[in-house]
Amino acid sequence: MAGAQALKNSEDQVLSESASKIALSRDLAASAALTPSQRAAIFLSRVWAWVFLGLMALFFVVSVPLATGGSVSFLTIRNSQNILVAIIPVLLLGLGQTFVIIAAGIDLSVGWVMSLASVLSALALRGAFNSGLPLFPSVVAGLAGGVGGAALVGFVNGVIIAKLKVPAFIVTLGTSFITRGAAYLLSENSTVIGLPFGLRAYGNDALLYYIPGAGGGLYFLHRPEVGGELLRHMDIIFPYPVVVTAVVVAWAIFLLHRTQFGRHTYAIGGGMDAAVRSGIPVDRRIIQLYILSAATSGVAGWLSTLRFTAGSAVIGDPLLLSSIAAVIIGGVSMFGGSGTIIGTVIGALIIAVLTTGLVMLNVEAFWQFIVVGAVVIIAVLIDQSRDLIIGRTKRGLRR
Amino acid sequence: MSDPLLSVRNLTKVFGGLVAVDSVSFDVARGEVVGLLGDNGAGKSTLIKCVSGVHASEEGEIVFDGEPVAFASPMDARRAGIETIYQDLALANNLDVGANIFLGREVKTRRLGGLVQTLDDKHMREQSRQTIDSLQIRIPTLTEPIEKLSGGQRQAVAIARAVYWDARLMIMDEPTNNLGVPEQHKVLDLIRMLKRRGVPVILITHVMPDALQVTDRIIVMHRGRKVAEKITAHTNAEELVQYMVGAREDAPT
Repeated sequence: MAGAQALKNSEDQVLSESASKIALSRDLAASAALTPSQRAAIFLSRVWAWVFLGLMALFFVVSVPLATGGSVSFLTIRNSQNILVAIIPVLLLGLGQTFVIIAAGIDLSVGWVMSLASVLSALALRGAFNSGLPLFPSVVAGLAGGVGGAALVGFVNGVIIAKLKVPAFIVTLGTSFITRGAAYLLSENSTVIGLPFGLRAYGNDALLYYIPGAGGGLYFLHRPEVGGELLRHMDIIFPYPVVVTAVVVAWAIFLLHRTQFGRHTYAIGGGMDAAVRSGIPVDRRIIQLYILSAATSGVAGWLSTLRFTAGSAVIGDPLLLSSIAAVIIGGVSMFGGSGTIIGTVIGALIIAVLTTGLVMLNVEAFWQFIVVGAVVIIAVLIDQSRDLIIGRTKRGLRR
Repeated sequence: MSDPLLSVRNLTKVFGGLVAVDSVSFDVARGEVVGLLGDNGAGKSTLIKCVSGVHASEEGEIVFDGEPVAFASPMDARRAGIETIYQDLALANNLDVGANIFLGREVKTRRLGGLVQTLDDKHMREQSRQTIDSLQIRIPTLTEPIEKLSGGQRQAVAIARAVYWDARLMIMDEPTNNLGVPEQHKVLDLIRMLKRRGVPVILITHVMPDALQVTDRIIVMHRGRKVAEKITAHTNAEELVQYMVGAREDAPT
């Protein structure tokens, strides 16, 4: 029968075509069954940031006393607290950025949004206090002003990106300049002063104080009234800004890893089409993501106002690239779809430990930039080598 | 034949000056596998996108389960029970099987006395496991991102998702494309399984053996028009190819 013959021919054709497909799928299957060394490589690439952080800390613990003839130690309570305080702005900017980058976006406005938030929170705080409110409500007003103003910028970012389909890189670059101008204008040339004196306590007091030796002790929520030698040796443990940041970190972990919002963030980064067709409200999520990014930067601005008892329009400027560096070192893929909050925390810690350690080694400050830059590139190289090992298909850069 | 589940009447879709679908009518009965055959650009995909809510048609009528319907969006169609599996599967490759089956329809649970809502991953994974098992699909791990699965396994995940959400009509767009032969057989087996479960399938394909193996009826399209409708058992590849290339055409029924 001619029909049967035609069917047979087309089957033959399919079979010969698929012979190459089988060979191909066998290759894939072979790569799916990993050798122990490949497994080890993958495992190492997952935990390398932890390992790197540990080795780096160990290096400074050993080298700092050696380099200073034993007069300075890296492993002190004071130094650990300095590092924690140092990572606050980088980490807060990085937290929101982590969400945005996982969703295959980018937010270049976070630095100046932090500046704007610092100025706005100072203005709101001063206004509230001068109108007769007690200090604590004024501080809360400062938080509302800073985060509210920041969130507004995030909302504008999100709407333009989601609804008008302008690439995030361009939108947030534009709003970054706009926020910069607004921060300078509102601060009437860079600094808002005249904040209530008692504010200092909010930005600098701590959960714990520890004075070693005789006449010392552990003080909870209460700065001991001491002077001289005792005061010089007093350790300030977990300043309030660190506590606030820790709360934001915990909340971010919950939001990204335990909620529908977090799941949708990953899905949008994994593939916009799939997210849309699965009925995820993608536009709304994108707007929320940029509000979130701006809001964590807003918290950073508010904390800096409390810490320095002044609003500053320049405070966030140098932090944008450091925060993105922390996110990348922490293993978030710039292509979207993967990454964790803990990764970003580790990334921020690596930068802070590196910076602090190099300073203690009396290395010229400019070397910090060179080392951080190298670490960023190494981090991405390690990430890519893992992709090569497990043969993951490369996804294109979107949005 | 009892009332058809889906009945498309004189459907027309125009893009600018191009008539992509020209007054096409066809029915799909419950538990029936219908093949939609045609060369590239024959209008298969456009026709199906009108049924699945992606496009609005210019003319004609779609009756689903006895009710005239006009879906405003793919979500609308899904809510009515029409699940479409496109070639790219619409899966998030960076998420695991459970997350994909529940993508966009995540199950949440209240924690801390109703204060916060978290994802109920345990429940979603358990439900996914049951659905996967009931379809006799073997997937090595439900907890790894599905980018580590083979093309056929991902196809199976997409089908499992449709089955879990009680698809009443399944539309599959070239499901065996880009698969190795053993995987192609698995997908065809899944289509037979769906048929046994009473879920009708519209299979869009240009692979003749696929169409002849699993369908009950075959509709051939050419240049936007339906040129033939054949009972699969009463036709053959040669005849179908002639319709596909436009060498033959039946009068509209």
